[in-house]
Amino acid sequence: MAAVASETPFHVLAVDDSLPDRKLIERLLKTSSFQVTTVDSGSKALQFLGIHDDDASTVSVHAHQLQDVAVNLIITDYCMPGMTGYDLLKKIKESSSLRDIPVVIMSSENIPSRINRCLEEGADEFFLKPVRLSDMSKLKPHILKSRCREHYEQEQQHQQSDSNSNDCSSPTNKSSSSDSSRKRKAEDNEEILPQKNRPRHS
Amino acid sequence: MSAANQLAALIANMFATGLLDDQFQQLQMLQDPSAPNFVSEVVTLFCHDGERIIGELAKLLDKPTVDFDRVDAFVHQLKGSSASVGALKVKNTCIQFREFCQQKSKDGCLKTLETVRINFYELRGKFQTMLQLERQVNGFPPNN
Repeated sequence: MAAVASETPFHVLAVDDSLPDRKLIERLLKTSSFQVTTVDSGSKALQFLGIHDDDASTVSVHAHQLQDVAVNLIITDYCMPGMTGYDLLKKIKESSSLRDIPVVIMSSENIPSRINRCLEEGADEFFLKPVRLSDMSKLKPHILKSRCREHYEQEQQHQQSDSNSNDCSSPTNKSSSSDSSRKRKAEDNEEILPQKNRPRHS
Repeated sequence: MSAANQLAALIANMFATGLLDDQFQQLQMLQDPSAPNFVSEVVTLFCHDGERIIGELAKLLDKPTVDFDRVDAFVHQLKGSSASVGALKVKNTCIQFREFCQQKSKDGCLKTLETVRINFYELRGKFQTMLQLERQVNGFPPNN
């Protein structure tokens, strides 16, 4: 399945400590026209994303500068030695530069409390392993949703710097550097933003 | 019988005897001219990984005091990779194995390790034949 996209394909960072699984997820993603980088641990993922895991929340500016290749989505295994997928998810959501990147968790175990914990921490999706081709179609909507939000936030910031009067909700709701709740669900931001005439991506 | 026919018969047999499940078909679907060796690559990685894990399990279970958490972690890994390649029988043996880990039964673990070993090597042997036949089908002479 060749990519016929007229723009650069979306880039997914896949994290899994198992070599056969990494091979599989890489192939699934490439078949679905994603550009893929695979790493075998959470700490390597953070390194790739340009943050050091001991000061994730403070190195935001540095991260933007280091990231030559933007990552549009992170998909990670839950059960990994050292930093679990959940730990990685938390670090990402604590980072002002990375928190808007959609995160998908994969696990071979169907444990509802685990799934809820991940979704509450801000994961956008939970895949039961083994991951299949049909699961790949669920990824793009999350990427588009987060891009939409990003564009909207940038628009708002431009408007604020231009004028005094503003029909938008207060800046703290959208500002990416604010200390928003760590338990923020991905959907919450969408509801806070006023409904302008922008296309809604489901 | 041509290599192609032998290959088809082998794979059909592996499905029929419960060695493989439909996840293996997912792997086959992912192989195409842009990734012509995908199945053999994943299968090879699984075989190496499985052998490594079985070795670690044997070492852990050989100790006078067994660290069942570590044993369980390795079995979980093998269960995961066997699920990913469609190795149904090995996966199911791993599920049984984990129960003995929960129960902290050294005896149960040792017995199940033997079963895992037998099932894994049975599968590995068939995978090796499969890869050989695939090479022949693709026009390469059989190895040794």
